[in-house]
Amino acid sequence: MTTTSIAPLLARRAGFVRDLTSVARRALRDTARDGSAVIPALFIPLFFLVVNIGSLQTFVEGNIGNGFDFKAFQLPVSVIFAVTGVSRAGSLVIDIQDGYMDRLLLTPISRSTLLLGLMIADLSLVVIMTIPVIILGLIIGVSFATGFLGMLVFILIAATWGLAFTGFSYAIALKTGNPIAVNNAFLLFFPFAFLTTAYVPQAQMTGWLGTAANYNPATYLLAGMRALIMTGWDSRAIGQAFLATAIVGSVSFTLAFSTLRGRVRCK
Amino acid sequence: MTFAITATQLVRTFDSNRAVDGIDLAITSGEIYGFLGPNGAGKSTVVRMLTTLLNPTSGTATVAGFDVQKQTQDVRLRIGVALQEVALDPKQTGREILDMQGRLYGLNSARRKERINDLIELIDIGDAVDDLVSTYSGGMKRRLDLAAALVHKPEVLFLDEPTTGLDPVSRAKVWHEVSRLNTEMGMTIFLTTQYLEEADKLAHRVGIIARGRLVAQGTPTDLKRSIGADVILARISRDDTDKALFALRSLSGLDHIEAKGDSIVIGVANGSVSLSPIAVALSNAGVHVLELTMRTPTLDDVFLETTGTRMQEVATT
Repeated sequence: MTTTSIAPLLARRAGFVRDLTSVARRALRDTARDGSAVIPALFIPLFFLVVNIGSLQTFVEGNIGNGFDFKAFQLPVSVIFAVTGVSRAGSLVIDIQDGYMDRLLLTPISRSTLLLGLMIADLSLVVIMTIPVIILGLIIGVSFATGFLGMLVFILIAATWGLAFTGFSYAIALKTGNPIAVNNAFLLFFPFAFLTTAYVPQAQMTGWLGTAANYNPATYLLAGMRALIMTGWDSRAIGQAFLATAIVGSVSFTLAFSTLRGRVRCK
Repeated sequence: MTFAITATQLVRTFDSNRAVDGIDLAITSGEIYGFLGPNGAGKSTVVRMLTTLLNPTSGTATVAGFDVQKQTQDVRLRIGVALQEVALDPKQTGREILDMQGRLYGLNSARRKERINDLIELIDIGDAVDDLVSTYSGGMKRRLDLAAALVHKPEVLFLDEPTTGLDPVSRAKVWHEVSRLNTEMGMTIFLTTQYLEEADKLAHRVGIIARGRLVAQGTPTDLKRSIGADVILARISRDDTDKALFALRSLSGLDHIEAKGDSIVIGVANGSVSLSPIAVALSNAGVHVLELTMRTPTLDDVFLETTGTRMQEVATT
């Protein structure tokens, strides 16, 4: 048996910010190396923008009249398609299955940064996903009534919505540790995306669909984003968009972080 | 004497399964402790409890002087762990993984660089450290996993079956490094293994675990000596087993007699003295001896003595 003395303690707690940046850096590197996950996710909203405008523009504009701009109306829908459901939840499942999550849990890392770091990477990615859709919108003739600043607010709303929605995917990933369940999380997106004003304005919606749209946070999200393009600085619509995002975010984050606590608790 | 690891009546149940059933440990600082047992014996569950990944159902444990349930962060700062399954991110390079580990343990940039350079040399990974882990061989991944556990120079290193799946050359390298970490850095090492040779070669003391219970503990030499200084193995016809046992039990000076398949395992204090009387006794009893050999006891003999089965048999049941 040895008699050599033990070296002084080298490790110390890195602190919340350092933990957060460490997890986020890794997630961003992973994202950059994983083009196969980004390119299809970007193709879908661009495709829908082009197809929806091509197939419905004449019909909707003809029925509504009064110079209604369907291209401007559709742009926020495509952006929401681009940013909703973008998350590192799939990677988180792989970390759980491969044991890398355990490696992280063996360190003195602040547990909440395991999710928050991934969310920072998600936020960066949804901003990146938004830009090509906006550029395509500008190319086909959409302009922002609120100018460049409005465009930035538009991106901010889209990004916070995308971030708010990630909580659901993380909750499923942490609860199940199952990649199939995470892939199926996109089903949650359907009621948000289609029981709303995706194709026609709220005034034109009647019956159960109109009622559903009234209670769908995405309706207020789209209204706020459309106001930035079509109306101007409508503080009520923009405020409601942020509020709708905050409500969805508070629900999904509560789910995600309570599931994280359950996962990291030494059960 | 300071203890690096202690455990008192450590129990862990999963539903009705009592995976760990009242383990007591007292491992001194600077010791290599080999935790030997077959698959499913409870080794990994003990490691997960000692490394704060799993709470005990009952009992207490300390690592580096800190309670594993109440002072988890203090424990985590002082331990390094290489779990049974290599825990690496295949989309990162080896350097990125080591760097992230260093960051999470609060090492500054200069210290991280220094440690990573030391570890690259230690694990003999060369320029591959800048390649993605997905391109590594199994041995390289295992060595990188070990390096990740060492970034912060832990006081206590837990190695859960560190050589499982490695080729003999890589296994020898890991053994060499484990010994070196212990002798040069004074690191306490808790090593689980199902390889008898590994425990025998590396560990200062060995604990044998079977079905969640610690059934024997001591230095490899003492454990082996406990069943006799030598083992005589008589291979006979199965039909002669009862006759052979009857004949041998009438002889004095035999420490242990056990029938296993077509063999009789006999533990004796002095093999060269006992060999001849055993041969004569078997011959006089009309036992047809196919082979009579003498060897020194192994830890598997100790396992057999304490559990009634051989490790290999438990592993396959």
